Amino acid sequence: MAHDTAHAMHPPTATGLDTRKLAIWTFIGSECLFFATLISNYLVYKGHSLVGPLPHEASQCMLHGEMTACEPIFEIPLVTFGTAVLLFSSFFVVLALNGAQKGNRKQLIGWLSATVVCGLFFIGMQVYEFQHFYHKGLGYTTNLFGSSFYTLTGFHGAHVTIGIIWLVTVLILALRGKLPPEKALNLELAALYWHFVDVVWIVIFPVVYLMR
Amino acid sequence: MSTIAMGHAGTEAAPAEKKGLWSWITTVDHKRIGILYGVTAFIFFLLGGLEALLIRWQLGAPDKTFLSPEAYNQLFTMHGTTMIFLGVMPLSAMFFNYFIPLQIGARDVAFPRLNAYSYWVFLFGGLVLNASFLFNAAPDMGWFAYANLTSKQFSPGLNVDFWIIGLQILGIASLAAAVNFFVTILNLRAPGMKMMRMPMFVWMSLITQVLLLLAFPIITVALVLLMLDRNFGTHFFVPSGGGDPVLWQHLFWLFGHPEVYILILPAFGVVSEILPVFSRKPLFGYAAMVFSGCFIAFLGFGVWSHHMFSTGLGPMADTVFSLGTMLIAIPTGVKIFNWIGTVWGGSIQYKTPMYFALGFVAMFIIGGLSGVMHASPPADLQQTDSYFIVAHFHYVLFGGSIFALTAGAYYWFPKMTGRMLSEGLGKVHFWLMFIGFNLTFAPMHILGLNGMPRRVYTYSAGMGFEFWNAIETAGSLILGFSFLVFIVNILKSLKSGEVATADPWHGATLEWSIPSPPQEWNFAVEPTVDGRDPLWELRRANGGTLPEPARVSGKGIHLPSPSYWPIVTAFGTAMTLVGFLMHVTLWVILAGLAITMIGIFSWAFEPADH
Repeated sequence: MAHDTAHAMHPPTATGLDTRKLAIWTFIGSECLFFATLISNYLVYKGHSLVGPLPHEASQCMLHGEMTACEPIFEIPLVTFGTAVLLFSSFFVVLALNGAQKGNRKQLIGWLSATVVCGLFFIGMQVYEFQHFYHKGLGYTTNLFGSSFYTLTGFHGAHVTIGIIWLVTVLILALRGKLPPEKALNLELAALYWHFVDVVWIVIFPVVYLMR
Repeated sequence: MSTIAMGHAGTEAAPAEKKGLWSWITTVDHKRIGILYGVTAFIFFLLGGLEALLIRWQLGAPDKTFLSPEAYNQLFTMHGTTMIFLGVMPLSAMFFNYFIPLQIGARDVAFPRLNAYSYWVFLFGGLVLNASFLFNAAPDMGWFAYANLTSKQFSPGLNVDFWIIGLQILGIASLAAAVNFFVTILNLRAPGMKMMRMPMFVWMSLITQVLLLLAFPIITVALVLLMLDRNFGTHFFVPSGGGDPVLWQHLFWLFGHPEVYILILPAFGVVSEILPVFSRKPLFGYAAMVFSGCFIAFLGFGVWSHHMFSTGLGPMADTVFSLGTMLIAIPTGVKIFNWIGTVWGGSIQYKTPMYFALGFVAMFIIGGLSGVMHASPPADLQQTDSYFIVAHFHYVLFGGSIFALTAGAYYWFPKMTGRMLSEGLGKVHFWLMFIGFNLTFAPMHILGLNGMPRRVYTYSAGMGFEFWNAIETAGSLILGFSFLVFIVNILKSLKSGEVATADPWHGATLEWSIPSPPQEWNFAVEPTVDGRDPLWELRRANGGTLPEPARVSGKGIHLPSPSYWPIVTAFGTAMTLVGFLMHVTLWVILAGLAITMIGIFSWAFEPADH
């Protein structure tokens, strides 16, 4: 079995799966429990806030130092658009990976850039949304809704940010011509993580924003 | 056993032998990392033992003032936290590190630098946790840190914060290691080593990694929420803001119950290696052992509320969790049956590892039986918060895990060091530990049923607790002394012990096919495996003897290069989290993040091998 082309560090694995890929899948499996716990925390405290503002209904809340009537926090159209953008980015990274595997540099760099832009747009949307909610009276410690909502979506945003940093790193490699087809796995690993971050949002969006 | 050559044809120089402190700091060799884990964990274990002795000294007689109530609270909290996270878990990690690659016939783990990272993060976590003593602010709310003992209102000092941050750092170490070992076991098995041919220790380790992967994210989130409550003013566990303290209990035990299997399953694995070797019989019911292990792990995620019967969850929840808990007795009983079946009719070799392994089976049965007793809510309501519970979990954790890990230490010490431990001192160690352990913990059953509460720093004279407490304290001194014998045994052996052959016990598994201690590359040629007990098959084919394997030059064998980026990244990781310790110290967090980022990028773009 000792042939010169196989690198000694990477003998064929017992399962046939690539070791790094298996590690990412394993990590993702563990991350599922991380987000499951955060989502559970949000659901457990749903409807338990002592004061407003509330996600879907008008309420009494403290704004600029006085009790006033507050409108519902969530505005579905913007976040729906952000969700769509994030979903499309998952599609784009598949196209980029396809380009990397075929050695099509243009396809790779184009779609990978598009993925990163979508990710940045999503983070921008989240920053805008947080600010907007804050001005509507929902501070981090205002009530249980605010705390559990910002904690859950904040951790998701942090994961998206890490994903963007990872994708940008791979993009720089691609621009320098250091992502030949035989190294496409370097993109695939980042893409797997990116899909995961996306899928988590697919759970958060209906459970947090749509479910009343 | 046929063999297959592996690695490049020898054109490169043999790797130089590595010495000195720097070589330990930069090592990525799983065997050296295993030794680092072992030595560090043993020191923490002795520290935890010292804490226990102080507790026992205080309780030796009624109304003692040797310890203040505050000091007592700190000591029992740190004793529990230390023994679980800095003692038993990393002692298991020592065996994972050293013996998983050897038993599956691999050169190293899947990610050697990640392995080094895990160790350094573990070390920093242990240091942060224990640094609390320097600030006279050791955690003091019990190892499960129930809300709202942990709220800023009732615990304004740094005690709880040290616990949160220390555990958070240790959790990262455990998760990184779990990913690594999970992938290693699945992917790096030598040709022919199918899943159902893996040594039982590797099987139990694999299941433990799954538990770690699924349980630790839960405590991570729980700790984050608690930290937010304390430092950012949220109310997740604060009733005045609508929060529910019972949610903490659910999150903690959702992690905490799988955690007890994380502590015991590696011990099951160790004993399942030792009993067959010293009975000269294959493990009885191999497949049943595998599946009962899986079943225990699966059920382990569905019984967390049996720690919460006294919370008042209602008859339905109590019934479900009670039945689930009793169900665990079945796979556990299967395991005990199979261990006895393994020894039954065997040609038993009365060596020290066997003494400890048999001691484990006996003590674990006692702990298991008392566990089934408080699976019943009415019984539990009598027993909870009393010394009966303390007796139970010491019989499974000390009588179980520590006896098994000590058995493993005697069994594998020759492989790790190339020296035999003294059999005489080993047996003295065993009898002292066995007698000391039972004198310390058996009377706790009686005291608990007589109503002596846990976690109270003293008791009044005339309550009928004096006699057994005095016996327990005497027992604990014998127990402590037994470990001095162990240390003397180790030191004597390292200095002038009998030189160990490759296979001093006539072992069945691959680690005994290579020299003691193994060379850096483990296997000069990759082994292939045809059955469950490859070395016994080879020995049989060879007419009962095995030739002593020669030490080879290792010329041309590719090994991962040493790297200092794991320790740098680990330092950055720990620093980032320490930034959340007191209040948010932004510069510490940002500097920590910067170091972590630099570490990760340098690591990712560092060439991985020579």
